[in-house]
Amino acid sequence: MSVDVSPPKTGPTEPATPRGAMWRSGTLRILLGVLAVTVIGLALVYLLGGKEQSLVTQGVVTGLLLGGVYALVSLGLTLIFGVLGIVNFAQGAMLTLAMYLVYFMVTTFGINTYIAVALTVPIMFVFGWLVQSVLMNRLIADGTHERPLLVALGLALLIVNVLLMLFGGLPETVPSPAAGSIRIFGAIADVPRLIAFAGALVVAGALILVLRKTPLGLSIRAVAANGTGASLVGVNVKRVYAMTFGVGAATVAVAGGLLAPFSSLVPSVGDQFTTLAFVIVVLGGLGSVAGAVAGGIFIGLLQTIGALFLPGSGSLLLVFAMFVLVLFVRPQGLFGVKR
Amino acid sequence: MTSATITPGRTARALRSTGARRHYITLVIVLVVLFFTPFIAPQTTMAVLIRTLIIALMAIGWNLMSGYAGMFSFGHAVFFGIGAYTDAVLLTRFGISPWLSMFVGAALAAGVGLLITYLCLKYRLTGSYFALATFAFAQMFLLVSMNLPFVNKTEGINIPLLPNESWALMQFAPDSPVYFWIPLVLVGGAIAITIAFISARSGQFAQAIRDDPTAAESLGINLMRYRLIPVAISCAITAVAGVYYVQYYLFIAPEQAFGLQVTTNGIVPAVIGGMSTLWGPLIGAALIGPLSAGIANIVRNPPPVLAFVKGLNGLDVAVYSALLIAIVVFLPKGIYGSIRERVRR
Repeated sequence: MSVDVSPPKTGPTEPATPRGAMWRSGTLRILLGVLAVTVIGLALVYLLGGKEQSLVTQGVVTGLLLGGVYALVSLGLTLIFGVLGIVNFAQGAMLTLAMYLVYFMVTTFGINTYIAVALTVPIMFVFGWLVQSVLMNRLIADGTHERPLLVALGLALLIVNVLLMLFGGLPETVPSPAAGSIRIFGAIADVPRLIAFAGALVVAGALILVLRKTPLGLSIRAVAANGTGASLVGVNVKRVYAMTFGVGAATVAVAGGLLAPFSSLVPSVGDQFTTLAFVIVVLGGLGSVAGAVAGGIFIGLLQTIGALFLPGSGSLLLVFAMFVLVLFVRPQGLFGVKR
Repeated sequence: MTSATITPGRTARALRSTGARRHYITLVIVLVVLFFTPFIAPQTTMAVLIRTLIIALMAIGWNLMSGYAGMFSFGHAVFFGIGAYTDAVLLTRFGISPWLSMFVGAALAAGVGLLITYLCLKYRLTGSYFALATFAFAQMFLLVSMNLPFVNKTEGINIPLLPNESWALMQFAPDSPVYFWIPLVLVGGAIAITIAFISARSGQFAQAIRDDPTAAESLGINLMRYRLIPVAISCAITAVAGVYYVQYYLFIAPEQAFGLQVTTNGIVPAVIGGMSTLWGPLIGAALIGPLSAGIANIVRNPPPVLAFVKGLNGLDVAVYSALLIAIVVFLPKGIYGSIRERVRR
């Protein structure tokens, strides 16, 4: 089968540029585009919003940090959805699973939270690898999108409810070794959130390096571009699929670990991220790591700045309206290149 | 078939109608058998059976659009919720009978469903993207209902309990068998509509489009029109399920109307029973409804052998999701679909 990383093809075929160059120019385009929209939007809010400056500044800082969290969660999904084409509704549940793994290690063995995060990453990699090789690889062969989606949905329900059975529904907290907050331009920023933001950038950088510089990354990109072609030149496609899901799950493990110190841990904590991660991945362009980071920060800002003007969860409505609009008008992502 | 000169077209029509007739006869037998359930089943199980009928109705509705017409909806909560809120608002604010709300809700849901699907098809969203877009619409409806003072935001709407029975307002004594018979008739009606649709021209066209849109279009089938017809029917049926849900539980809130759980409730029975099959949704619901309720009951009051499961909340959903995964991986045609295939061979 062919993996559909590119959205429905509507425009003319791509120009004859080398693939690497296209990746790079696409990345640059995404970053510049998001930056431009963000700067213009923020300038408008500062000048015409009619809100107190300190309030907006706090919103910007909070939004940036929230965006970092979103980016972190979306990085794994952009691989799984972008390369495998799986609508992975278990993304949020996998995040929750990682958070509970960290919680379990910290409370049972009394180790440092961030060491527990490092231990969670390989566990989640194996988990993701198993999900793909035991379940999803059986389904992907017939080329339908529904069966992987249904299995992901079942997996999400299964993970959340097994966690509910094991840990109960009462909120738990993971102790944070680096508590406290610092001030940036008069706005308050929690240190654990800053660490999560830095983590998002590091993971994104690492992911880009893996995709561009390693043999694994080369085979992932080859499979994403043309599964049949890749298998003809000797790539074990099913193995690459399993590795991709594994890497996706591993990045979610980092996300869960870094989120745990400032989250109230209940089995449904990850649910909200599933939807947002899809919004971000589609917004940033499927399979684009830089797009996921930019999209995450963009949505984080949209949500917090939007909350200044729209009460309650109205700002989330803005996010979904944006999502549907992007799906309709620019399915290749807000600043993605038409392929 | 007594006539000696039968044109091929007539034969085909005769065959098709006997197929439909067989389905109608089966349906009548099933309905008659189920009609007597309230007299046999213990009173404590009635709530479970009624809930089973409601999810069966949702599954039948979902199956029309996502199974037969092949447009995988991941946001059917939109239509369920529209039905539910139509009934709640019309009844509490204007005193309008739920029977009328069924039609109003169905019409509204069909309209919204047509609009959403039309936009999705116009912008060529297919497969995963179509599923994601429908899901996004469900989330938007959820958020709007949570923020709209008109529908009491997150607090939801309570339907006042009447002192007397009333057919017009669809309220009966708590143990009345009518609470079972109404959804039974609705399920029967939905299955009859499905039979009529799949044996009609428009249903055949819709299935042809699902199997190969290019071939169907080249034969002159209007893709948009014959995709939208099943969507409208599907959304209307789902909305009726929402109306009855409110009338039975006398309460509706955003999560119960537009939450992801609602969409899942419609999808899972259809998938487990068999997508694109007539009886799959009903069989799936008949399996899932009592199974989850039974497990939830065991978790609350376990027999001595199973004492360790006491208070293990989530076991019911865990079992049902494991079953869902197993069915999708090993029996992709669902239980009924696989059995039918085995028998035909």
